[in-house]
Amino acid sequence: MNVPKELEYTKEHEWVAVDGRMARIGITDYAQGQLGDIVYVELPEVGAEVTAAEPFGSIEAVKAVSDLFAPVSGVVKEINSAITDSPELVNSSPYGEGWMIVVETGKPEELEKLMSAEDYEKLVETESP
Amino acid sequence: MTETAEGKTRKTALYDKHVEAGGRMVPFAGWWMPVQYRSIMEEHRRVRSTVGLFDVSHMGEFEVRGRGAAKVVNRWITNDAGNLKVGDVLYSAMCYEDGGIVDDLLVYRLEDGFLLVVNAANEAKDFEWIREHMAPDAELVNNSRNTTLVALQGPKAEDVITEVGTGPFRDLGFYRWCRAEVAGVKCLVSRTGYTGEDGFEVYLDWDDGPAVWDALMEAGRPLDIEPVGLGARDTLRLEVRYCLYGNDIDKTTTPLEASLGWAVKLDKDDFIGKGALAQQKAEGLKRKLVGFEVEGRGIPRPGHLLLVNGSEVGRVTSGSFGPSTGKGIGMGYVDKGASSVGQELMIQAEGKSGIGATIVRGPFYKQGSRK
Repeated sequence: MNVPKELEYTKEHEWVAVDGRMARIGITDYAQGQLGDIVYVELPEVGAEVTAAEPFGSIEAVKAVSDLFAPVSGVVKEINSAITDSPELVNSSPYGEGWMIVVETGKPEELEKLMSAEDYEKLVETESP
Repeated sequence: MTETAEGKTRKTALYDKHVEAGGRMVPFAGWWMPVQYRSIMEEHRRVRSTVGLFDVSHMGEFEVRGRGAAKVVNRWITNDAGNLKVGDVLYSAMCYEDGGIVDDLLVYRLEDGFLLVVNAANEAKDFEWIREHMAPDAELVNNSRNTTLVALQGPKAEDVITEVGTGPFRDLGFYRWCRAEVAGVKCLVSRTGYTGEDGFEVYLDWDDGPAVWDALMEAGRPLDIEPVGLGARDTLRLEVRYCLYGNDIDKTTTPLEASLGWAVKLDKDDFIGKGALAQQKAEGLKRKLVGFEVEGRGIPRPGHLLLVNGSEVGRVTSGSFGPSTGKGIGMGYVDKGASSVGQELMIQAEGKSGIGATIVRGPFYKQGSRK
């Protein structure tokens, strides 16, 4: 399982790349593996507001559907439209071409609540079968 | 089955093979079974394009013998086993008196009796039901715990089994069985399956499982054979609209409602449920199991509501993305008035916007190699 050290994480298995007030968001390698083959990704539109811990979109795999929970609150500045056409990118490159949205956060203090790679690895160990 | 304590969950003879191959093992119907190895999508496509191998040892196998076997088997099932010749296989439902379904099963006419193959989740219940309805001049044996069952499925299945087995595989008709050897192991082989593709199901002694599994995997290597888990087994069967007990049929549904009327022979001698089914047929069905395709994106899931003009007409019983059809597909019971081919439906998950779908005729995937 791949857990890049430079990223931050949530207990809903999302990763966040923080750059000032900008937060690039995707799902982790563990999450894509658990979901299996992803066939649709539903993302918000640019300009939409998202709220921390609330769903901002959904992801459909062959066997299951999951909500995507916003790690931080703010305004969506970019979306990765490549994954709506080629959702398999989320499976093949969860931290790269499979990224989902960029949010400009209005509450930078929320970024401090994110988990480190070490803490996220521990969380996954407790959840793994 | 969630109610099964993990400590009691059994392992098939092939458990170690699945773990070695990277299978993700889950408790299912009281057994540890692989839900997938590499990818449901790839396993599914491999079965459609060449060949895949499934462990289905969790299924239940009962044998019925004795002077009264033919008569009593025919009393349990809705289809007619009366004209079966040795070597025939028959699909049937088995009903309660009220017409609700106990299980769906395969009936093999053996040289000296019958083999019944039932769903894993129903094995104990079915055995009990059958025992309660036994005849004094017939004997019943449960071989579920000493039978390994593997399914070799796909357009190239015949080439693989011919490579490693000895038997009349090329001449074996669909829904026929023969005695054969695979990798030197005596077994019963039938041309049956749950995928819509050509293929064989191989019944053997429990302990012979690993050797036969290895031999089939080795013989299939030039054809890129893959082990296939329960995830792809479900998408394969749904694409050809085979019912799954517990989803599409159960004790609250009748075979007539489930479009299994072809397997209900009301003109044969009395069988359990005949009266109720005859009455239902005479009165007309109030609901019907239909299949529908999603027009755009979105995937139906079991439990989603089915609406026409905002009114509920039924619920989804099976739903998935169809890896070979490229769209969301599903089945569900709808009111008779909303069950025509071409009927537009709205599929509604709680708190979500609806997905448009249309009722279609026949299997979703029609290009299968099934003989």
